[in-house]
Amino acid sequence: MKARTLITGVGMATPHGIGVADSWAATRAGKNAIGRITRFDPSPYPSRLAGEIRDFDPRDHLPDRLVRQTDRSSQLALTAAAHAFEDAGVRPADVPEYGGGVVTAAGFGGIEFGQNELRNLWSRGSRYVSVYQSFAWFHAATSGQISVRHELRGHAGVLVGDQAGGLDALAQARRRIRRGSRLIVSGGVDASLCSWGWAAHLATGQISAGEHPERSYLPFDRAADGHVPGEGGALLILEDERAAIERGADNVYCEIAGYASTFDPRPGDGREPGLRRAIELALADAALGPWEIDLVFADAAATARMDREEAEALIAVFGAFAVPVTAPKTAIGRLCGGGAPVDVVMAALAIREGLIPPTVHVEPSPEYDIDLVTTHPRPASVRTALVIARGHGGFNSAMVVRAVD
Amino acid sequence: MSQQEFTLQDLKRILLDGAGADESVDLDGDILDTDFEQLGYESLALLETGGRIEREYGVELHDEIFTDNPTPRALVAAVNAQLGRMASA
Repeated sequence: MKARTLITGVGMATPHGIGVADSWAATRAGKNAIGRITRFDPSPYPSRLAGEIRDFDPRDHLPDRLVRQTDRSSQLALTAAAHAFEDAGVRPADVPEYGGGVVTAAGFGGIEFGQNELRNLWSRGSRYVSVYQSFAWFHAATSGQISVRHELRGHAGVLVGDQAGGLDALAQARRRIRRGSRLIVSGGVDASLCSWGWAAHLATGQISAGEHPERSYLPFDRAADGHVPGEGGALLILEDERAAIERGADNVYCEIAGYASTFDPRPGDGREPGLRRAIELALADAALGPWEIDLVFADAAATARMDREEAEALIAVFGAFAVPVTAPKTAIGRLCGGGAPVDVVMAALAIREGLIPPTVHVEPSPEYDIDLVTTHPRPASVRTALVIARGHGGFNSAMVVRAVD
Repeated sequence: MSQQEFTLQDLKRILLDGAGADESVDLDGDILDTDFEQLGYESLALLETGGRIEREYGVELHDEIFTDNPTPRALVAAVNAQLGRMASA
């Protein structure tokens, strides 16, 4: 039997706050964190809302030397990773030299750092480009910086898979643990709220042009018309069960019990989208039947086609109105590589607290036969949860987490 | 044309702007004869520092400047020597 992969520590940096306590309290309460963009002037653009992390000064959390050489996404990730280690109570001596690693997801890499240095290059000349541009914009920069800071000399990697990448990273971490790593820091953070990043978002054609913060990101609602991007994400400490027991880990949240990913067929060729199969394969990987899943965190893309596909896949697997579905991301926006790791942390907290966080702002459309938990948190005994994440261009990933006795 | 002078204060300002300071190091202490490496500056930080000195003072520093001058005292002298050569050229 394969050893279990446990979540033994979590850290978050989201528009709801830096730190798990703030983020969870605001998520439970359904507090809105979407607003007009302040990080750059959004007025020339057709979409102007985002979930921004306000009041984050990296110098409050990180050494000065590190701040100079890192993009905002890496700064947020380094902060969340440090919180996750603290939450897990891991001491450096608990991890043998090559026994610890890091796998993160990054959709945008260090795009704001890169934008600033490209601006220096073209407006002032090559002598004004920071030497740290040599790596700070890399998608892998965050994994590299976490590995250096926490002396994780084992496996390191990064996955790029848009909104689905966060689950793929956690799955890769589990794979490494099954191959012998004791501990992997995993998850993802994106911070793309600069004009270059915004241009990339707009190019997908899936960004809401709404002006009202509470009526612009509306998955499974008749008014659904694209999503609102946000920034941030989560880092989790994943440990081999035996290693966790050996070091006396005392903050186990749950286990990563199942995972699968699929790719959609070419659009328009009439074949079924890949999401249903991703869910079924993840359940099979967890050796759980659909009736054993207590809660679903939806991808909640908020376009008519994507919402319909997701609702149809859920109904095909679980039946109509058969399982509670939620998407707390409606309060903070879609965080790209950081989105699914935040949902996995929310799932872990839902299991621990017996509470389903709500999908705020949404008036469910009667055309979807799903039990969407809206407006208020719902008390429930949650032993298992399914997290769904879909990336632009046809990536589908699904992960099952399960309570550990 | 009078020669510009490059001082320890200028070096500290440029180090801080470009690379920041290591938490365990007090740049206001007696650092003149401490190696940059011991002050927490690795090769990239020194490359950034050299680039900033070059563009602020309009001076060309050779590639081995930090290898040949591994302490603040030696670097300040080397930069001033280069500034002197430019002023008399």
